Amino acid sequence: MQLNRRQLFGLLAAGGLTALAPRFGRAQGAPLTKRIPSSGEALPIVGLGSWITFNVGDDPEARDSSAEVMQAFFDGGGRMIDSSPMYGSAQEVIGYCLRKTGTSANVFATDKVWTGNGGEGPGQIERTRALWGIDRFDLLQVHNLVAWEAHLDTLSAMKNDGKLRYVGITTSHGRRHNELEKIMHEHDLDFVQLTYNIVDREVEDRLLPLAQEKGIAVIANRPFRRKELIHRFEDEKLPEWADDIGAASWAQFLLKFVIAHPAITCAIPATTRVDHVRENLTSAREPLPDEEMRRRMVAYIREL
Amino acid sequence: MSEWWAYQPSDLLMFSPQTYYRLFELYNTSLWPAQILTLAAGVGIAALTTRGPHWRGRLIAAVLAFIWLFVAWGYFIDRYAAINLAAPYFALGFVVQAILLAVVGAILGHITFEGAKTLTGKVGVALFLFALVFQPLVGVLLGREWFGLELFGSAPDPTVVGTLGILLAADRIRWELLVLPALWCAITGATLWVMNSPEALLMPLVGLLVLVFAAQRSLSPRHEYAGD
Ligand SMILES: NC(=O)c1ccc[n+]([C@@H]2O[C@H](COP(=O)([O-])OP(=O)(O)OC[C@H]3O[C@@H](n4cnc5c(N)ncnc54)[C@H](OP(=O)(O)O)[C@@H]3O)[C@@H](O)[C@H]2O)c1
Repeated sequence: MQLNRRQLFGLLAAGGLTALAPRFGRAQGAPLTKRIPSSGEALPIVGLGSWITFNVGDDPEARDSSAEVMQAFFDGGGRMIDSSPMYGSAQEVIGYCLRKTGTSANVFATDKVWTGNGGEGPGQIERTRALWGIDRFDLLQVHNLVAWEAHLDTLSAMKNDGKLRYVGITTSHGRRHNELEKIMHEHDLDFVQLTYNIVDREVEDRLLPLAQEKGIAVIANRPFRRKELIHRFEDEKLPEWADDIGAASWAQFLLKFVIAHPAITCAIPATTRVDHVRENLTSAREPLPDEEMRRRMVAYIREL
Repeated sequence: MSEWWAYQPSDLLMFSPQTYYRLFELYNTSLWPAQILTLAAGVGIAALTTRGPHWRGRLIAAVLAFIWLFVAWGYFIDRYAAINLAAPYFALGFVVQAILLAVVGAILGHITFEGAKTLTGKVGVALFLFALVFQPLVGVLLGREWFGLELFGSAPDPTVVGTLGILLAADRIRWELLVLPALWCAITGATLWVMNSPEALLMPLVGLLVLVFAAQRSLSPRHEYAGD
């Protein structure tokens, strides 16, 4: 059997050859990483979202506090920041923060194309790039499958021309999974982004196994279902065995559950707080729950 | 669009409450001292509803039209659009209302204040005074910064309530002028609702109150002044 690089890394990521490649890598003090199946590049398993949190407009104080969050994110070894033209001023604020903190070189720049008209894709992408103030994106995704055929063509062409490193597509809130599955089967994708957290687990059935099989990296959005899961559990006691997986808080419990899934390459919690960004990056450390422990986590949550 | 059920209303909110209220603080800071002018305009309108030359209805409508244009640009386009992708559409609605006020009220002279004040008319004046004086204080009473006051003439909510008050206080109910302000009551109510703001119901209730009084007034024509 001949394996190309994508399939090989896909297998490795799936844990098929764990003796050859440990599932997680990590430099001293840095978050754990997983490999992007299509390239083998290592990516920290906790990134940073920007929906709502970075949409602060021209409020100088809020912009500077966003920059502090970003600085803490990079200081803690984070890399992927995700945004979208749908997020109001978030892209422009990210650009401001990258300039202010001088961290453009650290970022794994991840954004989206979001317009119902395929012809408008390139123009929108160029505006987005200018807002970030970077030379090129690492990853661009078709947002919520909007006009996905035309946009996938655009993104693939950009990748071929060396103007983009990875191509992806996103969905959220459990929508349009059948269509996404079809696209994953039929198209050459580096990444998919979807909603995965301890209560939204539908993707475990088909999409995550398919991503493993096809060697597609998976970004988990809404790891806390926006703050809903944190609010739901904050008055409950963490189980005693939370220590065994290194979870000191509910946020870490929830995040470790997500990033420990073998098919998940990284999760992208959003936050406005420096202490939260640190807490989230600290989740990306050993020990992570194994399959049995993850089942126990789900059972525990169900009891509450 | 078959799977909208997958969203909760709060999933459509694209900014935090903190960012929303900060917007008014920054807006007021950048406008100052123009608020003195808009508030003076408000006091002038209140006075004109009770006495003044026969063309005062036209004047009031013209001033209101100008204020709606001002809010469309200064608030929606210049401020709110930075954090809300829907703001340009709201701005458009405010421009349309400005045009309607200018045409129906200032040019055609259909907004008049010549008749004796009915109950509806009194409610209208009270509503206008509420928008001018008390509504801005709601935020402060809820613990927000005083320089984040939402003021008649510059912020949309009290401007809409004030306008609805004037429209109720006029001799005739002009339904074409009530539609967009009433719609805004629903939109802003929904926004504040998903932000969990304690005053979320205020604007929808005002809208409802106005519609009830307007309907009652329209259905009892004998109260109407037949002067135009
Ligand atoms: N269709 C799509 O492509 C799509 C859809 C949804 C999301 N996304 C992406 O995924 C990202 C994540 O999803 P999301 O922002 O909707 O939801 P989320 O990451 O599940 O939740 C964000 C909320 O969690 C809170 N939080 C973060 N870390 C915390 C901690 N350690 N302790 C307590 N609270 C914490 C934050 O509040 P604080 O500010 O108080 O920390 C924030 O309100 C988005 O920002 C976006 O980039 C993409």
